[in-house]
Amino acid sequence: MAPLFPYLLRLADDRLVLGHRLSEWCGHGPILEEDIALANISLDLIGEATLLLKLAGEIEGQGRSEDALAYFRDAIDYRNALFAELPRGDFAFTIVRQFLFSVFSLLQMEALTKSANADLAGIAAKAVKEARYHVRHCAQWVVTLGDGTEESHARAQTALDELWRYTGELVMADDVDRDVANAGLGVDPSTLASAWRAEVDRVLAEATLTVPQVTYMQRGGRDGKHTEHLGHLLSEMQIVARSHPEATW
Amino acid sequence: MVARALPSRNELFDILDEVKDPEVPVLSVVELGIVRDAAASDSGISITVTPTYSGCPAMREIEAEIRTALEAHGLGPVEIRTVYAPAWTTDWIAPAARDKLEAYGIAPPGPARESDELVPLRRARVRCPYCRSTNTEQKSAFGSTACKSIWFCRECRQPFEEFKAI
Repeated sequence: MAPLFPYLLRLADDRLVLGHRLSEWCGHGPILEEDIALANISLDLIGEATLLLKLAGEIEGQGRSEDALAYFRDAIDYRNALFAELPRGDFAFTIVRQFLFSVFSLLQMEALTKSANADLAGIAAKAVKEARYHVRHCAQWVVTLGDGTEESHARAQTALDELWRYTGELVMADDVDRDVANAGLGVDPSTLASAWRAEVDRVLAEATLTVPQVTYMQRGGRDGKHTEHLGHLLSEMQIVARSHPEATW
Repeated sequence: MVARALPSRNELFDILDEVKDPEVPVLSVVELGIVRDAAASDSGISITVTPTYSGCPAMREIEAEIRTALEAHGLGPVEIRTVYAPAWTTDWIAPAARDKLEAYGIAPPGPARESDELVPLRRARVRCPYCRSTNTEQKSAFGSTACKSIWFCRECRQPFEEFKAI
């Protein structure tokens, strides 16, 4: 039981924080259809996070609900990869990030459908269907932007250059990951690295985008060492719950 | 104490068939496959549900309406259990319910298996629920709710929604 709690926080926080970033586009999308799409993807990610945090709270056994875990943890207790918390940037940045994450999420959730924890396996089976739809949508956009105009290509390439050094943390493993993998409960993300890279390379080639030469991968989020951006994100996300902790609606 | 026969699973499903999905009001929560099981015992009614999408915002309202419908038949206390496996699929929507969707103006979902491919082969065009033409195009992969996408019919010039196959 012990190792699953911190592992579930990682799964949930990636999705909650990235889902919040996507929700920032609501009402600001470049076209109506994309405004709707980003809000829908956001809703899926936050929904997955809700289920994962609920399960985490049950496994922790301290009576913390999904809301308590989302709204009453500080940045230092969040376990998302830094990748998820970077500011939303322009539309190209949002799309390239969402593509890179969705491919990873699809592979991760497919593997988690075999988790020895039946609840986690069930949540994963739902998330697979959602992630597949996201990959398809985002891959299309990555090709449209990358293999598009000079301007859209430049923006997509800049986004990829900025994001790449943060992708390593998604597929890095430490003892938390290895413990759950050994127990048959979770998946060691480093075992997904080559499949992730192959799918990403395939689409980036189609999009005429080039993977930057980066040797150093930034990390820290899995240990609670975040960029300054997460605190600002949480202050907005948590303000209502913290100002009115007893409120119901 | 009044002895009263416990309602059967079928009787409970009949009651729940009166509960419409708030976002697709032409279908009941039974027809959509959201209700997975129902059982009555001396201690109350137990209903098992599964969400269509992880973040479906209608689930709480659906649960409240299930409770209300059962209580209106003098049944209770009602316990609602949520399960995530097996994951909900549009394949659970029965043919009769698909006809209702189309009559309501929402193109019913195609087979879910087809949409499992990561890069699907060119899929059959969705049929316009108004004029039945297949000369249609997808305008947006996402729609007004998590379960729908937006299409346009080139024949009758009508935009319409499609129930996404998952």
